[in-house]
Amino acid sequence: MSVEIRMPALSPTMEEGTLAKWLKKEGDTVTSGDVIAEIETDKATMEVEAVDEGILAKILVPEGSSGVKVNAVIALMAEEGEEISDVSVSTDAAAAEPAPEPESSAPAESSGVGHNWAGARPSLEIPNDPEIPEGATFTSTTVRDALRDAMAEEMRRDKDVFVMGEEVAQYQGAYKVTRELLQEFGDKRVVDTPITEHGFAGLGVGAAFAGLKPVVEFMTFNFAMQAIDQIINSAAKTLYMSGGQMGCPIVFRGPNGAASRVGAQHSQDYSAWYGHVPGLKVIAPYDAADAKALLKAAIRDPNPVVFLEHELLYGESFDVPDLDDYVLPIGKAKVRRIGSDVTLVAHSRMVGFALEAANALAEQGIDAEVIDLRTIRPLDTETVLESVRKTNRIVCCEEGWGRFGVGSEIASVVVEEAFDFLDAPPARVHQKDVPLPYAANLEKLSLAGVEDIIEAAKKVCYVD
Amino acid sequence: MANKDELLRYYRDMLMIRRFEEKSGQLYGMGLIAGFCHLYIGQEAVVVGVQSELKEGDQIVTGYRDHGHMLAAGMEANGVMAELTGREGGYSRGKGGSMHMFSREKNFYGGHGIVGAQVPIGTGLAFANRYRGNDNVSVAYFGDGAANQGQVYEAFNMASLWKLPVLYVIENNQYAMGTAVERASAETELHKRGISFEIPGKEVDGMDVLKVKAEAKAAIEKIRAGEGPYILEMKTYRYRGHSMSDPAKYRKREEVDDIRSHRDPIEGLKGKLLKDGISTEDELKAIDKEIRAIVNKSAEFAQSSPEPDPSELWTDVLREG
Repeated sequence: MSVEIRMPALSPTMEEGTLAKWLKKEGDTVTSGDVIAEIETDKATMEVEAVDEGILAKILVPEGSSGVKVNAVIALMAEEGEEISDVSVSTDAAAAEPAPEPESSAPAESSGVGHNWAGARPSLEIPNDPEIPEGATFTSTTVRDALRDAMAEEMRRDKDVFVMGEEVAQYQGAYKVTRELLQEFGDKRVVDTPITEHGFAGLGVGAAFAGLKPVVEFMTFNFAMQAIDQIINSAAKTLYMSGGQMGCPIVFRGPNGAASRVGAQHSQDYSAWYGHVPGLKVIAPYDAADAKALLKAAIRDPNPVVFLEHELLYGESFDVPDLDDYVLPIGKAKVRRIGSDVTLVAHSRMVGFALEAANALAEQGIDAEVIDLRTIRPLDTETVLESVRKTNRIVCCEEGWGRFGVGSEIASVVVEEAFDFLDAPPARVHQKDVPLPYAANLEKLSLAGVEDIIEAAKKVCYVD
Repeated sequence: MANKDELLRYYRDMLMIRRFEEKSGQLYGMGLIAGFCHLYIGQEAVVVGVQSELKEGDQIVTGYRDHGHMLAAGMEANGVMAELTGREGGYSRGKGGSMHMFSREKNFYGGHGIVGAQVPIGTGLAFANRYRGNDNVSVAYFGDGAANQGQVYEAFNMASLWKLPVLYVIENNQYAMGTAVERASAETELHKRGISFEIPGKEVDGMDVLKVKAEAKAAIEKIRAGEGPYILEMKTYRYRGHSMSDPAKYRKREEVDDIRSHRDPIEGLKGKLLKDGISTEDELKAIDKEIRAIVNKSAEFAQSSPEPDPSELWTDVLREG
């Protein structure tokens, strides 16, 4: 009986990778623990070790193949006593692309909920910001690289800008967002810290009080809870408490929100938490162009900025304008799709879901307008209100919990400022009111997705 | 050894803090100062002695018992007192209060109300000095209570790892609010708290300004030479309660009286000045009179300065960018 070797998942979010190199060839004897292949993900090159013993009978995926799905069979091994020639590709194995999953956790279809990998990213209806000049060219860039480029550009521009955090330098970033910064700027400006969030956040605040411009990376914002006292009590409040003397030009950045199957402590959305605090600016971009332009703006801003990225967007590519210095104003939402029947407001990864929902709604005769908040604080309420005065209906979408959330705030503002324009009560789409579960089916049930947005939009439009 | 002018300056600076704090206590009793008000009476030698060894550009940061540090850093009594009364003429224009005052001009970085938070911040000031390649040092003052906060040790670790130019001054006044050191600390010799981070430390008689000065000088020389952080544990004492609202029932009156009559930093220096013939009763009286005048003036200023304009409610939340 031959043994199948499958493409391994090397990180919680990996879906596919490149089979860079085979280190064993057909006919080689393999002992468990032997490195048999090298696989490249978007973050790193990893070695694959054999688990079983035997003879490498057949390589099914040649080296250099990219886009190899996790769980696809990449080779077959003959077990002891088995003839290599007897080993053949079973129809079962050949069809084994992603292994079939239990019904309850089947991958979402394009209209599904939760993580949605299958559907193509919807085209943006309004690709250009007014800030982008006519005739500008674009380069497809991942959010990860756009963030890196923003930091590199600002570090070139201002010697007071430095980056610090766990694994930002030699390791090149836990999520590779700081890749190659160490090589260009050296260890004085790209500083590896111990695992000590409270300490290095406070140290960064002190450096900012002294006039430097730290970019403090949290490996994830979940860990920033260890540091939240320094972010709020020291960074956000000191300008006020000092009568305007002590500015704190600092950026706290890192991935925020649910990753994939990492459980409750690693999957929390802090938009509402930081959005609550005067003295902070809070940014949560969706696409790569905004990520770049707003991170540059954040680094230049003389105030403390909490910059919430999304791990599940890091590897996504979007067009970024080829401009020497592309900076966007903080606090301006973007209308990503013009519509007349209902306003969908979202930020960060939920923007993609809202756009998908809008496309699906269009097929059902509902013309949705999609607003990407981009900044949580200061909140661009005017853009939202203007839209609601036109559509008379609103669905507030966010990844985090609903209670006391960003959507609650927007709904309040709309009720206070545009009550007479509303044809339906505002609706909220958000995570269920429980810690994020680990089990695939429960995780999917917990997180809001495209289908929830469609349902809420139909509800406020009084359509069955 | 300090010369006469220097000795008189230390005397004057300590007396200034003492008289200022006595007046603060009085104004608090009159309802002119509100909220929390933590007096520095008894600990004057610590900040005056350390400050005497700092040079232009060195920064200091401390916790909530900060009035003495501000005066020692050269901030005006008027501005400090008017902040205590929450008036427009205060250093934070009335928006900070007793625990939250700053002076960029005097390199005083606060005035922090969260116990221990100033330690990573002070370490960050040192990081900035290192980054800029200047030879300035920062001083982070904190108490025996703050010495049990986790972030203090996170800062110690980074400061030692990166050899940052920071002096940690632990003002051990024996009580963290109402809890005596031995009831809160497994290791009560707080200067040893840097051992596992390879930060040298020393215990100092914090009631003797000249001893404080001598140890500060030695430590700061090492720090400025690039040897990394240093800890000085100042054994000191506060005569008053933790704050104005603390009746201090956790210690005996005799304990306070004993230290006040035998180890008082101001009386100690005064005795030396007179015994060694460096100064005279008349000269010292004149200083006292001059200080009382400054303090009384600050109290008047703090009452006559108007409350901040209501429009100030909305300023300084964010900087224009």
